[in-house]
Amino acid sequence: MNPLTACVLLSSLLFAIGLAGALTRRNAILVLVGIELMLNAANLNFIAFWRFGPNPAAMTGILFTLFSISVAAAEAAVGLSIILAAYRKFRTTDLDQITALKG
Amino acid sequence: MTIVFLILAALTILGTAAAMSLKNLVHCVLALMLGLLGLALIFLQLGAQFVGFTQVIVYVGAVAILAMFAIMMTRSAKQERLGKPSSAVGGVLIAFLVFALLAWSFVHGIHPQAQTPQPTASVQQIGDALMHRFAVPLEIVGLLLTAALIGAGVIALDEREGAR
Repeated sequence: MNPLTACVLLSSLLFAIGLAGALTRRNAILVLVGIELMLNAANLNFIAFWRFGPNPAAMTGILFTLFSISVAAAEAAVGLSIILAAYRKFRTTDLDQITALKG
Repeated sequence: MTIVFLILAALTILGTAAAMSLKNLVHCVLALMLGLLGLALIFLQLGAQFVGFTQVIVYVGAVAILAMFAIMMTRSAKQERLGKPSSAVGGVLIAFLVFALLAWSFVHGIHPQAQTPQPTASVQQIGDALMHRFAVPLEIVGLLLTAALIGAGVIALDEREGAR
């Protein structure tokens, strides 16, 4: 199989796993983890197209991945602190029972 | 496509699938660390050393530990209530349809091309690009990280009387 096809197939499988987790799990922390997995699948796509693309010397894929990792880290920190704030009010992290974000 | 890639892909898929399907949330985060480590090794194998090590430091080191802290602080390790089975089936079905569409388009849309030599991306080249071509995005990311640091602290602060 073409190595580029293998990479993007792995990345789409990773995206599907993250999507399934984000849609089926009821715990807010695991939904956030599923979203992180989907972002990681996008990062793998950037790296694969940098490696097998026509112009790897420009390094656009690598730098886009670095920026994407830092934005994802910021998103995880803010998301987890929102979960902590919601837990303080509702005493649960179950998404079916957290019905409002207004404190 | 080598045997190394197949082993690393299997490690990644097993780890992330376990992270999304196990019952105990602490086990979920440990499986997530395994899967993300496999992904970092795939980055290394594709020739992106700096991104691979960044992945280990940021995801395996920071994000997974942050999720672990959140699980411990919310005492939700073992009390996840499962949703209705119909909603779980629907979510898995949607994810499978998305994967089938993506896989179909990739298999039919990507034409085989000539083997290219392994490109190099040394840390010096990356630093050079960050300081010249990508200087403005770098500054914006720094601003974003500062805002996220302050914002996360303010949101997670306990505002009740005498809580601190």
